Amino acid sequence: MNTHLIGTDVNRIDGPAKVSGAAKYAAEFFAPDLLYAVAVSGAIAHGEIDTIDTAEAMKVPGAVEVFTHKNRPHVSWFNKSYLDEDAPVDGKPLRPLYDAKIFFSSQPIALCVAETFEAARYMSRLVQVTYTSLTHQTDMKIAVQEAKKVTSSNRDGIEAPPKPRGNSARAYADAPVKIAKGYLSPTEIHNPMELFATTVIYNDDHTLTIYDKTQSVTNSQMYVCNIFGLSKNDVRVESPFVGGAFGSALRPQYQLFLATLAAKALKRSVRLTLTRDQMFTLGHRPETLQEIRLGANQDGQLLALHNESMQATSRYENYFEVIANWSGLSYLCENATMEEKTVSMDTSTPGDMRAPGAAQGVWAIETAMDELAVATGSDPVDLRLRNYADKDQNHGKKYSSKELKACYTQGAARFRWNERVATPRSERRGTALVGRGMAGGVWESPQMPAAAKATLAADGTLTVASGTADIGTGTYTMMAILAGEALGLPLGRVVVKLGDTELPVAPLEGGSWTVASVGSAVSKACKAVAERVFTLAAGINESPLKHASFQDVDFLNERIVLRDDPSKFVTLQSALEQGEGKPIEEKADSGPNMFKQHGYKSYTHSAVFVEVEVDEDFGTVSVCRVVSAIAGGRIINHEAAQSQIIGGIVWGIGMALQEQAETDHQFGRIMNHNFAEYHVPVNADVHDIDVIFVKEEDDIVNPIGAKGLGEIGLVGVAAAIGNAIYNATGVRVRELPITLDKLI
Amino acid sequence: MVGKLALEQRKDLAVATTLTVNGNTHTLDVEPWTSLLDLLRERLQLTGSKKGCDHGQCGACTVLVNDVRVNSCLCLAVMHDGDAVTTIEGLGSEGNLSPIQQAFVDHDGYQCGYCTPGQICSAVGMLKEGHAKTEADVREQMSGNVCRCGAYPGIVAAVRHIMATSQTEGAR
Ligand code: FES
Ligand code: FES
Repeated sequence: MNTHLIGTDVNRIDGPAKVSGAAKYAAEFFAPDLLYAVAVSGAIAHGEIDTIDTAEAMKVPGAVEVFTHKNRPHVSWFNKSYLDEDAPVDGKPLRPLYDAKIFFSSQPIALCVAETFEAARYMSRLVQVTYTSLTHQTDMKIAVQEAKKVTSSNRDGIEAPPKPRGNSARAYADAPVKIAKGYLSPTEIHNPMELFATTVIYNDDHTLTIYDKTQSVTNSQMYVCNIFGLSKNDVRVESPFVGGAFGSALRPQYQLFLATLAAKALKRSVRLTLTRDQMFTLGHRPETLQEIRLGANQDGQLLALHNESMQATSRYENYFEVIANWSGLSYLCENATMEEKTVSMDTSTPGDMRAPGAAQGVWAIETAMDELAVATGSDPVDLRLRNYADKDQNHGKKYSSKELKACYTQGAARFRWNERVATPRSERRGTALVGRGMAGGVWESPQMPAAAKATLAADGTLTVASGTADIGTGTYTMMAILAGEALGLPLGRVVVKLGDTELPVAPLEGGSWTVASVGSAVSKACKAVAERVFTLAAGINESPLKHASFQDVDFLNERIVLRDDPSKFVTLQSALEQGEGKPIEEKADSGPNMFKQHGYKSYTHSAVFVEVEVDEDFGTVSVCRVVSAIAGGRIINHEAAQSQIIGGIVWGIGMALQEQAETDHQFGRIMNHNFAEYHVPVNADVHDIDVIFVKEEDDIVNPIGAKGLGEIGLVGVAAAIGNAIYNATGVRVRELPITLDKLI
Repeated sequence: MVGKLALEQRKDLAVATTLTVNGNTHTLDVEPWTSLLDLLRERLQLTGSKKGCDHGQCGACTVLVNDVRVNSCLCLAVMHDGDAVTTIEGLGSEGNLSPIQQAFVDHDGYQCGYCTPGQICSAVGMLKEGHAKTEADVREQMSGNVCRCGAYPGIVAAVRHIMATSQTEGAR
C-alpha cells in the first residue's frame, strides 16, 4: 500500500457541507404533507397508567391524533421482535405504548400528532393522565442488597469476568503493602448535541423512507421491520449525518418506533424530535462502585489484585458493561480475582457510552495504582513499567501490538514529567496549587464483518459505499482516503456514500471498530477494482505494463506505474478507455482473519499526562495541560485522528470534574435533565492539549493495520486528572466527579 | 395555566411578520408562540440553524439578528418584525465558503458538525463585538456554544486564524 494520503492531515470531505448548513440531519428532511409529533413522558417511576384523557389535546386546531396504549395500532407482541443488535438477549426491551405499565420515570406514554410543531407541542401539555404508583428504587446504595452476580455474557463481545487466577485472597493477606479502597462513579448522560429525531417519509407506494438518528441504519431497519411486520423492501433507512451519538444511537430509540407507528397509522409523513430532557432516558453510563484491593511488595510489584464491581441496571433488561475485568488485564499479577454484579433499579436501561465500562474500570484501577505509587514511594511511570504485561493477563494471549512503553517515554518527555515533584502541595502559581499526574488507558481494537462497494466510472470518478455511519468520527474521509490510496486518485475524484440501507451492510458504528472493519472492506473492494484496471492497462496494445503483474505496479496520480521503472506507466484514462467506458464495480466482504489472529488479542493503549491548577480557596480545578500519547496502530487521517483524541480528552475532563446525573429518589427522576444543570465542558474549560501518536505497526489486527480511536482518547483521562489533583492538594477523591466541595 | 387560552382564539392570533433572512424578505403569518428557530427551520426550511436544547443553554441555534448574535430558540419570531436575520446559509454556501467557514474546515473545528453553524455564527458575532483580544478571551466568549464532540481547540484555532488575518488585512 502506498501512502500519499494515509497518515497525512486531510480536511474532512464532508466539511464544507457541515460548515454551510447543507449537511442534513434526521430532523431536516421534508415532505409536502409532513406532520409533527411530540412525545408525552410519564410522571412516575414505577406503576401503571389508570386513565389517559386526550380529549382536550384533540381540540387544539391542527390536532390530528393522540396515540396511547389504548388506541395504538397493532404492533408485535413478542419481546424478541424488539431485540436489536445491541440489546441484551435475555431482556425485555421497552415496548413503547404497549400497555399501561411504567418502568421508569419519563417513559413515553403518548404521542401527539398535529399539522404543525407548535400545535403538537401544545397538545402534549393537555394530555391528562392518572396513575397508580408502585414503590420504586433508584438509589443504588439501597438497591445494592439485591445485587446479582454476572456469570455469562448476554451481549456480543461483553464478557463475564474470567476465572480467578492464583489465590488472590492469600496473596493479599501476605502482601507487605496493601491498598483497599472503594471507587464510586456516577450516572452520566451521552448528550450528543443533536436532539434525537426521526423523519418518516410516507411514500405514494406505501413504502417508508426513514431518516433516523442512528449509529446503524441496518439495526433501525431490522427493528422497524420486526415490530411492524414489514419487509425490508418496504423500509429504507437513511442517516447521512449524525450530530454526535457516543453510543446513544447504537440501539433504536423510541422516537423511531413512535414516528413509524404514527406514519403507518395515518398514512402521512411524520417528524418526531425528542426534547433534551427526554434524552436523559435514552441510556446512560451506569453508576458503579468498585471495591479494589491491591497487594504488592515494597517496590510496588503487584502480588494480588481484586476488583469487586457493582453496576446499576434496569429491571427490564440485565444490561451490563465490562468494568472489573479492566483491572486484571494490563498489569502482571499472578493472583487476580474480578467480580461483576448488577443492581436492578426502576430506571431506563443503561447504554454503551464512549468507552463503556473502561471509562469507569480504568479510572478505578489507574487511581489505585497511583495510590500504590504513593504507598511505595515509586514514580507512577516506573511503577507501571515494573508491572508491565507483555500478554493480555485475562485471556493469556499475546498482543498483536502494544507500543505502550513508547507512549510512556514520548508522553513523559513531551510533558516534561521529570519536573514533577512527588510530594503533594509542592508547587504554587498565585493562589493555585499545581499538580501533575498520569495514568494509562486501554481499549479493544476488534474487527467486525463489513461489506463495501467500489465503482469506478468511465470518467475516472470512484464511488465507495458502505451502510456505515459517520457520527463525527471521520468515516466519510477515512473511506475516501483508503479509496484514493488504492487507485491513486486525488480526494476530489472520490465520492463516498454511507448511512443508507440500500448500501452494503456494515456493523454498528461503535466500539472503535469502524476503521478496522469498514476500512478493510473499502480497501478490499478498491483493490479488486484496481486489479481489473490493471488488467485493462496491461491489455492495451503495446502496453508498457504488458509483462508486469499486479504486484509490480503502483497506482499513483491517476496512473498505473511500474514500481521498478516509473517511466513505464499507463494512465487511468487510457485503461478506462480500453474498458470501453463501462464502469468497473466490485463488492467486497471482509472480516477478521481467524487464522492470523488466533492466539492474539488487540488493543489500543495510551499514556495520559495532566497538569492541574487547584485554587486553594475555592477548590476550583483547571486542567491546564494534557499530553496524551496514543498507540493506535496505523493512523489513516492524522487530522481527524487528533480531533478524536482531543474529543476524548474533553470527555475525560467532563467525567473527572463535572458530569453527574442527579436523581431525586423520592420521585425516581433525574433532576438536572438539561445543559444548565448537567454540566459538560465548555470552551473555557479546555486548555492546552497535545496528542502524540507513537509508531505502532500491526499486521495481525486487520489488513490495514489501523485501530479505532473513538474511545481510547477518553480512557485514563479522569484518573490522570484525579492523580494530578492529589499531587496538587494531597486530597485523594474516590468519587466522581471531583467537584470543589470534595476538595475544600 | 396551560389551556386557559380559548382554543378558537389561537388560530386568529397569527401575526403578520416581516423578516429579512439572508437578504430575502418574507412576510409570514406567525403564531406568537413560534420561536425564531422553529420558523427558520420548519417554515423557511433553513435547517442550518440547529436545535440542541430549545432552552438557550447550548448555542446550537445561534444566528445573527441585525448583526448581533442571539439564541434563536429563545426569540419569538414575532418580536423580530422588520429585523434582518443572518443564518449560516447566509454566510456562505458549500461551494463558496466564507473565510471563517473555510477556517473551521482547515482547523478541523468540529467533528459531527451539529454545533458548527452556531459556533460560526457566534464567532462572527463575537468578532463584531470586538472584545476578544487573547486566546483566553476567545475561549470565554465562545463558551455559550457547547460542543459535545469537544472540538474546542480547533474552534479556537479557526477563530484565531480569522483574528490574525483580519489584523494583517487591517494593517495593509
Ligand atoms: S437550541 Fe437554542 S441555545 Fe440550545
Ligand atoms: S462538532 Fe459535534 S457537537 Fe460540536
